[in-house]
Amino acid sequence: MNNNNGRNQYTPYRMRIAKVTDEAPGVKTFRLEFAEPAEAETFAFRAGQFGEYSVYGEGESVFCIASPPTRKGYIECTFRQAGRVTSALADRDEGDVIGFRGPYGNIFPIEQWHGKTLLFIAGGIALPPMRCVIWNCLDLRDKYDDVTIIYGARSVADLVYKNELADWGKRGDVKLYTTVDPGGQTPDWKGRVGFVPTILEQVAPKAENTIAIVCGPPIMIKLTMPVLAKLGFTPNQIYTTLENRMKCGVGKCGRCNVGKVFVCKDGPVFTLAQLNELPPEY
Amino acid sequence: MSEQKILQKKSLGELVQKLTAAGNRVLAPVRSGEQLGFEEVTSPRKVADDYIQTTRSAKAAVFPRYEPMLRFTLAGKDVSAEEIAPESRPTVLFGPHPCDAASFATLTAVFTWDSGDAYFEPKLAKLTVIGLSCTKGDAYCFCTSVGGGPGDTRGSDILLTPLDANQYLAEILTDKGRAVVAIAPTLFANANGQAKDRVLAKIAPRFTAKKIAERLPALFPKKEVWLEQSLRCVGCGCCAYVCPTCSCFDIQDERDRYGGVRMRCWDSCGFGLFTLHASGHNPRAVQSERWRQRVMHKFSYQPERLGVLGCVGCGRCSRSCPVDMNLGEHVGALAEAKA
Repeated sequence: MNNNNGRNQYTPYRMRIAKVTDEAPGVKTFRLEFAEPAEAETFAFRAGQFGEYSVYGEGESVFCIASPPTRKGYIECTFRQAGRVTSALADRDEGDVIGFRGPYGNIFPIEQWHGKTLLFIAGGIALPPMRCVIWNCLDLRDKYDDVTIIYGARSVADLVYKNELADWGKRGDVKLYTTVDPGGQTPDWKGRVGFVPTILEQVAPKAENTIAIVCGPPIMIKLTMPVLAKLGFTPNQIYTTLENRMKCGVGKCGRCNVGKVFVCKDGPVFTLAQLNELPPEY
Repeated sequence: MSEQKILQKKSLGELVQKLTAAGNRVLAPVRSGEQLGFEEVTSPRKVADDYIQTTRSAKAAVFPRYEPMLRFTLAGKDVSAEEIAPESRPTVLFGPHPCDAASFATLTAVFTWDSGDAYFEPKLAKLTVIGLSCTKGDAYCFCTSVGGGPGDTRGSDILLTPLDANQYLAEILTDKGRAVVAIAPTLFANANGQAKDRVLAKIAPRFTAKKIAERLPALFPKKEVWLEQSLRCVGCGCCAYVCPTCSCFDIQDERDRYGGVRMRCWDSCGFGLFTLHASGHNPRAVQSERWRQRVMHKFSYQPERLGVLGCVGCGRCSRSCPVDMNLGEHVGALAEAKA
């Protein structure tokens, strides 16, 4: 029963919930530690990869690993309560054991980005898949030129990682622009008001020697890409991470098949140039 | 050149008994009402004879409809899980036609193309296939359009061809086939230069799979083509459940208060839920897109990515379809459609 470092790849690790953080209405972050310390020793992943998280008896759900590989000894995931598994997950407390199997999928090629300016653009619950690579790059800050983060959500309450946003905002080496949709602001909101593509147009980052990493709901992606194109970004400079429905995570169950590509094996990280080659089924 | 033997039809019972006595699970076509499927048998009396095609394919021998993967125990804050070992008995599959025998190559490609599979591979390694040539086909058969044929030996360890009412020509094709002969050597008489072609069914080719694969990418954006073919599809998923090469699966838990089982079970790209995101977004939102995926996957994506066709031309999907969609016909029509 093997084939993944001697493990049956469908058998989850036992993970103990070390910390629960309420991020936004219906959104939580779990910090997970390996129940068997020996497994933590051999476990390794890289920014952009994902896993299958399970509540035994309810099933498995797929999310990215939201913490960076530069922080050892644990992984974090952030999820919105939406269906059977995520509702069961949301009911778990610190100390409970859940399952995790992974890491799966490809990575953000952050080594290739050394010396470049990084532009992160995220909307809503799509910041978690980017948090891993943001922290990974910030933990290796001297390898990169300017770092800009544009993050928007429907309302102030819906912004995730509020503490980290505050920290990033205070850092001198990160330019952070937070925004909420018109009508989503509160009286004391200090950030911007407007949709992410609009804010991107206002900020107008330069395209030269820059990598844009974009993740958000389909409508945000659709409206953001033309703005990037107008700013001079080529499809090879733009990265995103897809979130197709998945079950196996290892290229067999057929769910995430888009054209000849398996999002779980060939992705989830794709450049816009690669996406342009695929049928529009993601 | 394979070795030829003669096996008397009346010896089948003894063969089943000897294989069973040697520790094999023997799967053979068994009739149950109007359905015909591969079931475990210990005596030849139940084995069905004289069928064009079984209702269900033989893929469950290596990829069961439901397969337990893990057993978990719930205890307060803690949970423990243990792996459930897959079926480990050596299995002799008796009676699949050459189309079904060929399907194992497609399943193997899916389950091993990148990483292995702890539940599929052990069963495949212990599978011996005694195929049965076709002496008759029907209007649904199109094996000759997808590289097969009524007497094709691919995928069989022994291929039996009924020469007349009493005897089979047995082509012993592999070491696994020779191992079966070694278990019952007296049942296999020597044969000299028997020709099987005269008894085989005649299946006229409808299209060329390679040409279809070349045409499909250009047909992808032609929404009207896919809509016209699938307008009557009710999305029942029958086609996938009877298909010998469909391998898409789901993973589901069943539990009570104290624990339960995690299972792998068949699924279908024809179901809307298959790709539905938690957000409500569905990449393949309508049935015509799902029909397109089914055809593209079998005739374009799998050949390009895995080097295998996703169809063996058994015709089951069309025989089972409640609204009489016909894959052979539809793919033939795609060959003619304007790109």
